[in-house]
Amino acid sequence: MERQLIKGNEAIVKGAILAGCRAYFGYPITPASEIAQAAALYMPLVGGTFLQAESEVAAINMVYGASGTGQRVMTASSSPGISLKQEGISYIAGAELPGVIVDVMRGGPGLGNIAPEQGDYHQIVKGGGHGNYKNIVLAPNSAQEMCDLTMLAFELADKYRNPAVVLADGFIGQMMEPVVFPDPVKELPEKKWAIKGIPEDKDNLISSIELDPDDLERHNRKLQQKYEIIGKNEVRFQEYETEDAEIILVAFGIVSRLVQSAVDTLREDGVKVGMLRPITLMPFPGHVLEKLAAEERVKLFSVFELNNGQMVEDVRLVVNGDKPVKFYGRMGGNVPTIQEIVDQIKKQMREI
Amino acid sequence: MSTKILSKSQGFYDLYERRPGSDQETTHYCPGCGHGILHKMIAEALMDFGVNDNSIIISPVGCSVFAYYYFAAGNFQAAHGRAPAVATGVKRALPESIVISYQGDGDLAAIGGNEILHAANRGEAISVFFVNNAIYGMTGGQMAPTTLIGQKTTTTPYGRTVANEGYPIRMTELISQLQAPVYVERTMMADTKSINTTRKAVRKAIKNQVEKKGFSFVEVLSTCPTGWKVTAPQAEEWVKTTMTQHFPLGVFKDISGDAEPLNLTKDQLPAERIPKAISLPLGDKEKLVYKIPETVSEEIKISGFGGQGVLSLGVWLSEFGMREDLNVSWIPSYGPEMRGGTAHCHVKLSHRPIGSPLVAQPTVLVATNRPSLEKFEQEVVAGGKIFWDNSLIDISPSRSDIVSLPVPATEIANQLGNTKAANVVMLGVITAVSDFLDENIVRRTLPEIFKKKHLLDLNMQAFNKGLEFAASLKQMT
Repeated sequence: MERQLIKGNEAIVKGAILAGCRAYFGYPITPASEIAQAAALYMPLVGGTFLQAESEVAAINMVYGASGTGQRVMTASSSPGISLKQEGISYIAGAELPGVIVDVMRGGPGLGNIAPEQGDYHQIVKGGGHGNYKNIVLAPNSAQEMCDLTMLAFELADKYRNPAVVLADGFIGQMMEPVVFPDPVKELPEKKWAIKGIPEDKDNLISSIELDPDDLERHNRKLQQKYEIIGKNEVRFQEYETEDAEIILVAFGIVSRLVQSAVDTLREDGVKVGMLRPITLMPFPGHVLEKLAAEERVKLFSVFELNNGQMVEDVRLVVNGDKPVKFYGRMGGNVPTIQEIVDQIKKQMREI
Repeated sequence: MSTKILSKSQGFYDLYERRPGSDQETTHYCPGCGHGILHKMIAEALMDFGVNDNSIIISPVGCSVFAYYYFAAGNFQAAHGRAPAVATGVKRALPESIVISYQGDGDLAAIGGNEILHAANRGEAISVFFVNNAIYGMTGGQMAPTTLIGQKTTTTPYGRTVANEGYPIRMTELISQLQAPVYVERTMMADTKSINTTRKAVRKAIKNQVEKKGFSFVEVLSTCPTGWKVTAPQAEEWVKTTMTQHFPLGVFKDISGDAEPLNLTKDQLPAERIPKAISLPLGDKEKLVYKIPETVSEEIKISGFGGQGVLSLGVWLSEFGMREDLNVSWIPSYGPEMRGGTAHCHVKLSHRPIGSPLVAQPTVLVATNRPSLEKFEQEVVAGGKIFWDNSLIDISPSRSDIVSLPVPATEIANQLGNTKAANVVMLGVITAVSDFLDENIVRRTLPEIFKKKHLLDLNMQAFNKGLEFAASLKQMT
C-alpha cells in the first residue's frame, strides 16, 4: 500500500471516516484544531455532518444525540476542552452509548499552554466526570496509530457501548509521518438499542437515569462487569527489548518514542533495558507488568511521563512493592532529551 | 353506564411501564400542573400529523425529566440544559425525523442558555417547547431565571430583587430577534381559551417541522401550584394577571409561511468512492527509481523566520524521504512563534525505525536567519553540515569541525523574481550535496507539490539554480 505523509491530527479524521464515522461535532482549540479543520473539509464530501458547536459542552451533547441514533460519531479537543466535556462523557457512559473522543493533550492546569503534556491521564483513565464509569482509552505514539487506534476506538465503542478516548498529545497531533490507510469499513454493527425514528424503536430509551437505588446499583454492577470483560479481551501493549531486560521502562504515547531511543542508546552501552508501552491505558496491561515484576532478573521499573506522575500510580499498584518503581516526569511542555532519560536511568540504577 | 369522553392520546404509551411504583396509568405531575396538558397537546399533534412513529422527544432535567415515561416515541433523556444540543445531534443524524426539545425554565433559560440560543441561531429544524412556570419545581421551589421580581422562592426567601438577581429573562423576545427561527410565540395555559391558543401554537410548531420549515419555539406560561404554594385556581389567576405583565403573550415572529422547505437529506458516498474523496493515495503513482546509501540516517533541523518556508522545506524533505522508502518524521516547533517570530522543524530520515522525532543533535542544520544560526549551531554534530543563507545572515558559523555551506538563497530567488522561492533554491543545494536525496525523486515530486503551472515553473527554475550554485560551491572547495 502506498504511504501518505500526513499530520497525526489529520490521520485521525481520515481513519474515522474510513471507520464509518459520519458526524463530527467540535470546538476549535490548539493543538487539536487540525482535527476539526480536516473534518470540516472531508465530512461534507462523504455525506457526513461537520458542525462547529457553540461550546465543548454542546459538542459532546451533540455526540450523545447523534450516537443515540446509531451513527458513528466523534468529537475532539485538547485538555481544557476535555474538562468541559466531562459532564457529557459521564452521560454517554451512563447511557451506554458509543462515542469516540480524541484528546490531544496540552499543558495544564488551567489555561496552561499549548505545548504537549500528558497531564490528562487521570481525568481520562480514572474518570473525570461523575460516577462509577470508565472510558476505553487508547494511546497512539505515531501518525499511523492515530489512524489505526481511531478506527479501533470506533469498533470498541460500538462493541461495548462505551465512550472510547484516543489519548494523544500535541506532539503526535502535529507530527507528520507516513501512514498506510486501510480500506473503508463496509459493514457496521447493527444497533438494536438505537433510536432511528422508526416505529420499531419506540421501546428504546437513551437515558442515564435509574431512580431506584437497587436499579442503579444493578446498572453500575453491569458496567463494572463490562469493564472486566474489556480488561480480559482488549489489552494492547508493545514490548521492546524486554526479553532479557533487568530494567523495565514504562511509557505511553510520544514518550514511548523517546524511551525507545533511550533503550537503544543504553543497550549500546551494555545496559540491559527494555520498554513496556501500554497501548490501551484502560484496560491497563497490568498482567504484563505483574509477570515482569515476578521475573528475578528484573531489578527496576522506571516510568517516564510528561506529567507529575499519573500512570506511575497504576504501575505501582500492580508491581505492589515487589520491585522498586521510579518516576521521572517533565511538565509544562518540556520534553526530556534522550540523554536526560539515559542519565536518569543510570542515576536510578545507582539508587537501588 | 357512563361513557368515557376524556381519553388519553394514542401518542402516549398505553401503560407507563417506565414509571416506578404501582400506578402506571397517571402521570407523575402534581395536580394543577401544566405539563400534563402540554404533553397531551404534543402527543395529539404528532398523531394528527401522522408523524408519531417518526418522532423523537428529548426530555430535559426538571419536572419533565420523565417525559419519556409517557410519549410513545423515540425517547432521549438529556443532561441539564443540553436538550437543544442533543436534539441537534439527533436531527443532523436523522433529518427525516420529527425532533422535539421539551424544556423547563431552569433548563432552557439558565443552565442551557447557550445551547438554546445557538440551536435557534443555526435554525435547527426542530420544535422547542419551553414551559415557563417561574420556578424550579423538581428541586423544591428555587428561583428560576424567569422568577418574577418580588416573587418568593426557597432561594429568594425575601423575594427576587433586581439588585441581587436581575430581571426575569424573556427568552421568547431574545429568540425572536435571531434571524433563523421561523416561528416564535408565547402562550399561556390558564383557562380554556388560552389552552386552545397553546394547542394551536403546538400544532404549528410541529407542522413547521413536518414541512421542514426550520426552527420553531413556543414558550408556554404554566402553573405550578405546588411550587407557588397556592391552589390550582389561584395559580391560573396568577399566570393570567401577574406573569403576563412581564411575559406578554403573542406571536413574536412568524416567517414560516414564506420559508422554503429545507433540504436536510445528505447523500451517503459509497464506500468505494471514499478513499478518493478524502484524498488518500490511490496507488496509481509510478514507482520511482532512486539511489541512496543503506547507511542513511539524518537528523535535520530547519530554522528561520515564519514565512520563509522553513516548515515547508522540512515537509518536502520528509516527502522525498518517504518516496525513497525511508522512515521519516517531521515535527514543527509550534506555538506563538509560528505567527511571526522564529519557526523551526525537526526532520528525521532513516532506514531504521524512528524513535524520538525530536532532533537534539542535527547532522544537518538549515538556518535562514541569524537567530537560528546562533541558536542551533552548537547542537550540530561534529562533521555535520550547516546550510545558511548568507544573503540574510551577516555572520558565519564559528565552528571549524562542521561543513559550512553559505547559500545566497534569498538573493538567487530574488533574481528569479520571487524571494519566496528561496527555500526551493536551498532545496536544490541540499539535493546536490547530500546523499539522502535523489535528484530524480525530487524532480518527479515537485509537480505534485506545486500544482499551479506558473508556481511549478518558478520553483523548477529555483531548484535548478540551487543545483547550479552547489556545483560552483564544489568547484570552490
